[in-house]
Amino acid sequence: MPVMTYIEGISNGLRYEMRRDPSVFILGEDVGVYGGAFKVTKGFIDEFGPERVYDTPLAESAIMGVGVGAALVGLRPVVEFQFSDFITSGFNQVVNNAGTMHFRSGFPLPVVIRCPSGAGVHGGPFHSQNPESWFTHVPGLKVVAPSTPYDAKGLIIAAIRDNNPVLYFEHKFLYRRIKEDVPEGEVIVEIGKADLKREGSDLSVVCYGAAVHLALEAAERLQQEGISVEVLDMRSLYPYDKEAIVRTVKKTGRVMVAHEDWLTGGVGGEFAAFISQECFEMLDAPVTRLASADCPYPFSSILEEHMLITTDKVYAGLKKLAQY
Amino acid sequence: MAKAKTGATANGVNGAVAHHENLPAGVFQQNHLKKLDALLPELDIPNRKYGDLTKDDYIELYRLLYMTREVEARLTRLYRQGKIVGGVYLSKGTEAIAVASGYSLNRDTDWLFPMHRDLGAHMSFGQRPMKLYAQYMGRAAGPTRGRDGNTHMSDKSRRIVGMISHLGSMIPVAVGAAIGCRMQGKKVVSLTFIGDGGASIGDFHEGLNFAAVAHAPFVLIIENNQYAYSTPIVAQYGAAKIIDRAIGYGIPGEVVDGNNIYAVYETVKKAVDRARNGGGPTMIEAVTMRMRGHSEHDDHFYVPKDLLEKWAERDPILRAQRFLEKSGHLKEKARLKLEEDTIAFIEAEIEEASASPMPDTGDLVSSVYA
Ligand SMILES: Cc1ncc(C[n+]2csc(CCOP(=O)(O)OP(=O)(O)O)c2C)c(N)n1
Ligand SMILES: [Mg+2]
Repeated sequence: MPVMTYIEGISNGLRYEMRRDPSVFILGEDVGVYGGAFKVTKGFIDEFGPERVYDTPLAESAIMGVGVGAALVGLRPVVEFQFSDFITSGFNQVVNNAGTMHFRSGFPLPVVIRCPSGAGVHGGPFHSQNPESWFTHVPGLKVVAPSTPYDAKGLIIAAIRDNNPVLYFEHKFLYRRIKEDVPEGEVIVEIGKADLKREGSDLSVVCYGAAVHLALEAAERLQQEGISVEVLDMRSLYPYDKEAIVRTVKKTGRVMVAHEDWLTGGVGGEFAAFISQECFEMLDAPVTRLASADCPYPFSSILEEHMLITTDKVYAGLKKLAQY
Repeated sequence: MAKAKTGATANGVNGAVAHHENLPAGVFQQNHLKKLDALLPELDIPNRKYGDLTKDDYIELYRLLYMTREVEARLTRLYRQGKIVGGVYLSKGTEAIAVASGYSLNRDTDWLFPMHRDLGAHMSFGQRPMKLYAQYMGRAAGPTRGRDGNTHMSDKSRRIVGMISHLGSMIPVAVGAAIGCRMQGKKVVSLTFIGDGGASIGDFHEGLNFAAVAHAPFVLIIENNQYAYSTPIVAQYGAAKIIDRAIGYGIPGEVVDGNNIYAVYETVKKAVDRARNGGGPTMIEAVTMRMRGHSEHDDHFYVPKDLLEKWAERDPILRAQRFLEKSGHLKEKARLKLEEDTIAFIEAEIEEASASPMPDTGDLVSSVYA
């Protein structure tokens, strides 16, 4: 089994689907000749040609709208926003046009919206955002956020095969930092299913994306101190795996919800509300939320580190939770 | 010029000045007059051959035009009776544009994206009035099964895609449909509309630029009815004509008398044929005048009365009638019979829609996802 980085997992899954299904095509800024700002589609144009690896004008609303139109006529477009921050320029097409299409018209709308997101790459306020929670509020959209190469591949394939608009948040910090064995062939990670990334008995961390790795590192440290931490990677944010949350809460009774996105209004608030309502009797401590500070993503490293959720912060938060 | 009070005392072109108290009155009046002068067409439409239309087509286009007017008149009646709730946006006076545009397409292969004043396009593209009434009444038989109102309706089997309220949003989508069909190796055209107001929004630009670069088999009809809700065109765009923008996109742009249904057909059909044969997109500005308020709750006090009078004489139905009589395609007696049959047909369609059931609530939430 080949070892793949996270970004290779995405590329490999995309290529696999494009070889399998001629209706799959990619469109976005600089995706063709250049291979995408992050090289996710490097070499694709040589294999699939310029029509299926479509370089568009710089116009996010049109890119998204064209993706919607192509999906209407029976294709399976994968729209790439160069940075997820720029999705605001195509927001209306995503939310109002794509999000309501099946409901109001009966047309299936198989469009994947790839969103390179996340901080820790010195991107500053407009190349670091995690805008997933703007979309986990919208019936008609699905939202996924893989944390590993295997899940990256399995979720991109599942997203392409889904007959609904799926926003796929891929974390830029993880692109080349994590590797694992990933099968060359078919890998499918079902949308809506969480994954227990680490088993434990004292505390649970319900998280996704880059925060999964912070939680795993913190759990490793706490293991040395005799505290056993379970890490539940949600992977899908909308719909999300309620059963998996109930299972882990039942087991540990102490839960931290963690993500890199801003705290207030983040999708973690939804998880926390669900736990409070559905798992109240199982809890031995209040549900804790940990996220990045409610502040635009700053540029300078020292400021960014201060603002972001970090392993140290997760570690400290979990320690406190254990002592409650 | 004295400041207009609230616009309620609309006199001449000054009626719209209430929106522009911050502009030097002279400049506003001059610009507005210039624009209006350029827009008013001849009283009668030229008695000539239009494109590839046959005698049957001339008559069928007239029937669809007349039917659209009468279908809408009955929408107003049902609205006043409280049988229709929500907005009713009529195309009175401008019907020819939607009707002829829908008629220019291939009903069996092309894609139509109608806007809020394009009821006639649904019908000239093959939709039954019954379905439209059911939609307005929120019935299960409406194309959205009660999920959306008024002209926002798709029909998957007919390749009609309903708009979302956000004006301009369907332009890139229609462009995407055109490009998508071409990728599938089909010789298919997509067509959508936009108003003089909607043409100001970003998606208009993004969509047209995208279409131009992609050489997409796409046609955009700009329905310039001189008002966007209460906003007159002088407050909407700075250029003499909207179509001047075509130069900027590097695509053909044509202006057509929107109250001449046959000329609209001829112009749109030429663009559709060009698109189908690989000639790329076209934008067409069809000039007309909105003869009622923005919607049925609006008495359009802000539109100068003499402007409306001038345009009333150029009503597309009256002009088509005079043309049909003069050309001999459809003489008065036969026309009256056709009109009578059309009314009877519409009334039966209303009856069927009125008797049809309300939608089931059972699958409401489960219909969100495919
Ligand atoms: C993006 C957006 N802004 C505002 C509105 C509210 N609105 C609906 S119709 C309309 C006027 C449209 O004028 P125009 O584009 O000229 O079309 P017309 O109604 O004259 O046919 C407005 C302001 C809307 N639907 N969408
Ligand atoms: Mg208008």
